[in-house]
Amino acid sequence: MKNAIKIAVLTGLIAASGLQSCKQKNIASAVSGDAASKVYVAPGKYDEIYNFVSGGFSGQMSVYGIPSGRLLRVIPVFSTDPEKGWGFSEETKPMLNTSHGMVPWDDLHHVQLSKTNGEVDGRWVFGNANNTPRVARIDLTTFRTQEIIEIPNSGGNHSSPFITENTEYVVAGTRFSIPPDDVNGDVAIDTYKKNFKGTLSFISVGKEDGKMDIAFQIQCPGVNFDLSRAGKGVSHGWFFFSCYNTEQANTLLEVNASQKDKDFVMAVNWKKAEAYLKAGKARKQTVRYAHNTYSEKTHSATSEIKTEVLVLDSKELKDLCYFIPCPKSPHGCDVSPTGEYIVASGKLAAVIPVFSFDKMIKAIEAKSYDGEFEGIPVIKYESALYGEVKKPGLGPLHTEFDANGNAYTSMFVSSEVVKWNIKDLKVIDRQPTFYSIGHLCVVGGDTKTPTGKYLIAYNKITKDRYLPTGPELSQSAQLFDISGEKMKLLLDFPTIGEPHYAQAVLASVIKDRSIKIFKIEDNKHPYATKGEKETKVVREGNKVHVYMTAIRSHLTPDNIEGIKLGDEVYFHVTNLEQDWDVPHGFAIKGASNAELLVMPGETQTLKWVPDRVGISPMYCTDFCSALHQEMSGYVRVSPAGSSVPIKFGTGVTKQEVASK
Amino acid sequence: MNTDSKYIGTLTKVLLLFSGALLVLSLFYPIWRIELDAPQYPEGLTLTIFANKIGGQLDIINGLNHYIGMKTIHANEFIEFAVLPYAISAYALACLVVIAIRKRTILYLLFGFFVAFGTLAMIDFWRWEYNYGHNLDPSAAIIVPGMAYQPPLLGFKQLLNFGAYSIPDIGGWFLLISGVLMGTAVFIELRRNRKKA
Repeated sequence: MKNAIKIAVLTGLIAASGLQSCKQKNIASAVSGDAASKVYVAPGKYDEIYNFVSGGFSGQMSVYGIPSGRLLRVIPVFSTDPEKGWGFSEETKPMLNTSHGMVPWDDLHHVQLSKTNGEVDGRWVFGNANNTPRVARIDLTTFRTQEIIEIPNSGGNHSSPFITENTEYVVAGTRFSIPPDDVNGDVAIDTYKKNFKGTLSFISVGKEDGKMDIAFQIQCPGVNFDLSRAGKGVSHGWFFFSCYNTEQANTLLEVNASQKDKDFVMAVNWKKAEAYLKAGKARKQTVRYAHNTYSEKTHSATSEIKTEVLVLDSKELKDLCYFIPCPKSPHGCDVSPTGEYIVASGKLAAVIPVFSFDKMIKAIEAKSYDGEFEGIPVIKYESALYGEVKKPGLGPLHTEFDANGNAYTSMFVSSEVVKWNIKDLKVIDRQPTFYSIGHLCVVGGDTKTPTGKYLIAYNKITKDRYLPTGPELSQSAQLFDISGEKMKLLLDFPTIGEPHYAQAVLASVIKDRSIKIFKIEDNKHPYATKGEKETKVVREGNKVHVYMTAIRSHLTPDNIEGIKLGDEVYFHVTNLEQDWDVPHGFAIKGASNAELLVMPGETQTLKWVPDRVGISPMYCTDFCSALHQEMSGYVRVSPAGSSVPIKFGTGVTKQEVASK
Repeated sequence: MNTDSKYIGTLTKVLLLFSGALLVLSLFYPIWRIELDAPQYPEGLTLTIFANKIGGQLDIINGLNHYIGMKTIHANEFIEFAVLPYAISAYALACLVVIAIRKRTILYLLFGFFVAFGTLAMIDFWRWEYNYGHNLDPSAAIIVPGMAYQPPLLGFKQLLNFGAYSIPDIGGWFLLISGVLMGTAVFIELRRNRKKA
């Protein structure tokens, strides 16, 4: 009996320990011994790679160094940034203008580096605004947002800002179909099928200056456009968009948009669209959208409201759009380096279908259709299908490619990255992510010749990965070494906002383009002050313009009198430095906006409306020099109607006072 | 060929020709450079001195010097920049004159004057450095008792957070080599003369 009890207890212990070892492996076993040395970038050394990461609901874009995972910069794009005066200085306010007026926030989901011949050319990086539909262009000599264009006829710009192989176009596909802007939108929401339309926008990009312009839009059936990718190489001239909610539901999409077995990938022949446009087949539609540009010559932005857009109809114009059935609410829609394979990931599908561009073209020629959807031909699934990746994992979302013919797909539900071969569609490796990966990025992973080497996973959940910080936790990135057959986890690093898509490129493509200063002789700002002798204070009614300069370590003027309650004071601060890494800041007590951060040779303006009589200190906010703390001054504010004259001092030294 | 001991040889003429050419070349390159580096300037700041102007990051250096009360440096305050190009050109011309006249004594004279010229130039350079380094504004923000900011005439010196490194630049090396060629010519002529004697 005793023995029997012993055996039972022993068996129980063995079973329990066995169960323990079945638990998912954690960090201790996931990282191999030499990971630290692979991500160690010694102090003073540069990272090998730039990683441009979307900031999601922060509205900004962040720049990381890889392999260290060090945050190098946060570029303000769609959200105000008081630290940099973005959206607060008079010069940058117009950048956030829209047809709705000033919109100080957005949700930046995807980034795209400009390309030439399908390779990253290092000139610009684009980002999309998912809420109030916009596309931004950031210049990579200054790492600043230079242009933002609003998208009309659109309700959430998600499948954007994906670009063609020579940056001919940046696209913007609406996530939420809505009634077009020029019809009465005051309709019952359940008339979705009848009144709601989906719009794809093709934004042309100036070859030299990068200037964006909506070349044309394609009006499509009311569905949700999710993600997109341009064809490249053999499929250059085409664009592919994933569509869900082909059920055309307008409520409880969670259930109602998940009914059909197959939704669609839409193939758009944009060369054909160009031909239709030339042939005058587009309809001129009256709309309203803002187009904002920032000039590095005047150091100022201008916002223009545009009122017209050219629209092509996907139903009327044949050979423009085709649907390819795709299982279960496709999300990612990624094109292989050769341009031959289109990988679509049904979020709820058990397989990853891989379509062949060649087969698709043949199917179109043979009219191998399965009927129509809202007047657009639906190609037979099998006629366009190259093959399916079987049992890839749960919840496939996005795919990137390496230099050796492999694809890497993120699996949200099963929280892993799956590596598979494009040719034979066999799974080669799978590695867990911590936790619930969304997007992923391989260095050069969407170009014609991917660099490979590293893969970065962007995760939605971090739970036990970092020290707890209350209910809201950091989201994160995870770096994998993909140079071998097996992917190896190297590093976790936290990200700003929520990271969606990101792109990575060898540092050598970008780093030497960076400028160090703005030349003061090129400063065409109307309120620029190019020397201390030109500083002045000018009253125009109740507006007072202060032409101020900043140089180590003083503001000129630093004593200002004659300001009265009811005045609007504009501090136009020119940084006279012509030396690298010497910005000056400017702040004044009680300002209801933010600070200025003025780069060498630049002029920026802070508006200040004093609300009380007295003395208000102002100072340089950026520790510029040994005497930075002395870089300050005072403004005297007198009551309205006071007779205190305008007076401003540029400072006299004690010796000069004594000699007088 | 006249082999009279009063006249210079062919080799000497060739040396003088090169010497003159180097003098002309030196007008187009910086003669001297002062390199500065500090923790705030790992990339370094450079001041270059040409025969007729000052180059390099003069504005930045002037901006920094105001903290210690050093006078701002302006090229138009130096009479030297007006004179030097003519002086160097004159020596280049003199080389040709010696080749034409061929008189050995004139060569000795030229060499003597050139050495004196070089020495004077260095003394003058040192004087300017002394003046800038010592005549400081008493109301300057940074006053370190007993501290002067005279850069070294040649070599390295630490001045507060800045390390200053003063060396000849390309044009300076041309001038130096030019002098050495002249000296060699003098040496050859002296030896030739002694053998004859």
